[in-house]
Amino acid sequence: MRAQFVLSEIGVGLRRNLTMTFAVIVSVALSLGLFGASLLMRDQVSTMKGYWYDKVNVSIFFCNKNDADSGANCAKGAATTQQKNDIRAELNRLPIVEKVSYESSDQAYKHYKEQFGDTPVAGLVTPDQLPESFRVKLKDPTKFAVIKSAFSERPGVQEVQDQRDTVEPLFNLLNGMNIAALCVMGLMLVVALLLIVNTVRVSAFSRRRETGIMRLVGASSFYIQMPFILEAAIAGLIGAAFACVLIVGGKFVLVNNWLAEKIQVINFIGWDSVVAVLPLVLLIGLLMPALAAFFALRKYLKV
Amino acid sequence: MIRFDNVSKTYPKQNRPALRDVSLEIERGEFVFLVGSSGSGKSTFLRLLLREERASHGAVHVLGKDLGKLSNWKVPQMRRQIGTVFQDFRLLPNKTVGQNVAFALEVIGKPRGQIRKTVPEVLDLVGLGGKEDRMPGELSGGEQQRVAIARAFVNRPMLLIADEPTGNLDPQTSVGIMKLLDRINRTGTTVVMATHDQQIVDQMRKRVMELEKGRLVRDQSRGVYGYQH
Repeated sequence: MRAQFVLSEIGVGLRRNLTMTFAVIVSVALSLGLFGASLLMRDQVSTMKGYWYDKVNVSIFFCNKNDADSGANCAKGAATTQQKNDIRAELNRLPIVEKVSYESSDQAYKHYKEQFGDTPVAGLVTPDQLPESFRVKLKDPTKFAVIKSAFSERPGVQEVQDQRDTVEPLFNLLNGMNIAALCVMGLMLVVALLLIVNTVRVSAFSRRRETGIMRLVGASSFYIQMPFILEAAIAGLIGAAFACVLIVGGKFVLVNNWLAEKIQVINFIGWDSVVAVLPLVLLIGLLMPALAAFFALRKYLKV
Repeated sequence: MIRFDNVSKTYPKQNRPALRDVSLEIERGEFVFLVGSSGSGKSTFLRLLLREERASHGAVHVLGKDLGKLSNWKVPQMRRQIGTVFQDFRLLPNKTVGQNVAFALEVIGKPRGQIRKTVPEVLDLVGLGGKEDRMPGELSGGEQQRVAIARAFVNRPMLLIADEPTGNLDPQTSVGIMKLLDRINRTGTTVVMATHDQQIVDQMRKRVMELEKGRLVRDQSRGVYGYQH
């Protein structure tokens, strides 16, 4: 009896405010869609960070004989074997260092040729122009500053370079986009909440006869409020379901069919991250409108 | 049944109190008319009984409970023991007569079987037997008020509050409604009725309480309406 009664009340309520219900569904779908997308973007950035940081090193470039006038450290010309051995020994003693490898001028020249082999600049470079270097792999790539402060002022060291600097702008861009998406989501969420509050107000007003009678005959406030709260929760849940469709569709069309084809050096997030996000989206879509309705009712429905 | 101890009520942002230092007692099974011109405090009095408002000063006791100390979540439970009837009937226009009465039972969670049994009984009692499936719009004013009384009485309340129940009805129909309320009163239900209907008060010869500018100026058993308006 109770369930049937409550369900019929909800059906009537949702149909009576069809346009408002629709607006709630759309704004919840968009805001939660963005919410899910930004969560996935964060996942994507950390996946990429893990992937790239694994590959990047800190490079310690040594002076070669042409560098005498390029800095105080190089005043004596090319770095001596003694200097190099000292630095290598010290690196190996540092706990944050995972691995140290040596790249000679010839190896550097080879890599250079591989990268720029077809371009005119390749012909201008000779092996002795390229510095020797240590490629240092850190256990934690963010501890770059330690290496930099320890070795950049050493005689014979031309430069300590963090290769993260080359990928960092990309991550910053992605993070920036993520923050922008979160801002838009926040706005949409506010819009959705205001719409829900307004819908509840209209709904409570159009049913004031019923609720007035319910109050008089002694229906509990829970019983009076429940149809309104469930109404909001159902609209929110439908919106959240649309958001899930948007997220899954986005992953399928945008990531799988388009980006993954275009950019093969990046490994993209998998379906497991997507599946992990969906329950959260549904839960928020259910609870948030219900809570908004609950608080709106305290104002607009005297019990 | 009902006791007011030095009750005053001042609404927010108003200087003049709607009720001033009212003390009275109504026993179980009484029939009381509440008279007074508009703005004399009749509605405030009834709202205090239903705990739609709280007294600013003094204590209101209804059905053995101090309403000033009654917590909000217990109010619905209290209202189930009070029936209410209004001048404008307050029926749901899109529900049938039977559904209107059943609504009062549904929303307090009564089982379906009991509702099916009780509703025709109470409609018989108010003289609307067999009109269960009619819509309120198809009924006369008097019949609509009978539906409202059926809804108020279906829970067998200890107290029935009527706010000008005959205000929208012609004299003859009013007499019918009063007979019905009298019958309900004889079953042991206390009836408190606010009214402007001089004829009815003079005919019934029940206890009359008169309010004037928020004060209780007359309390008379077997009284008359008492003033011209």
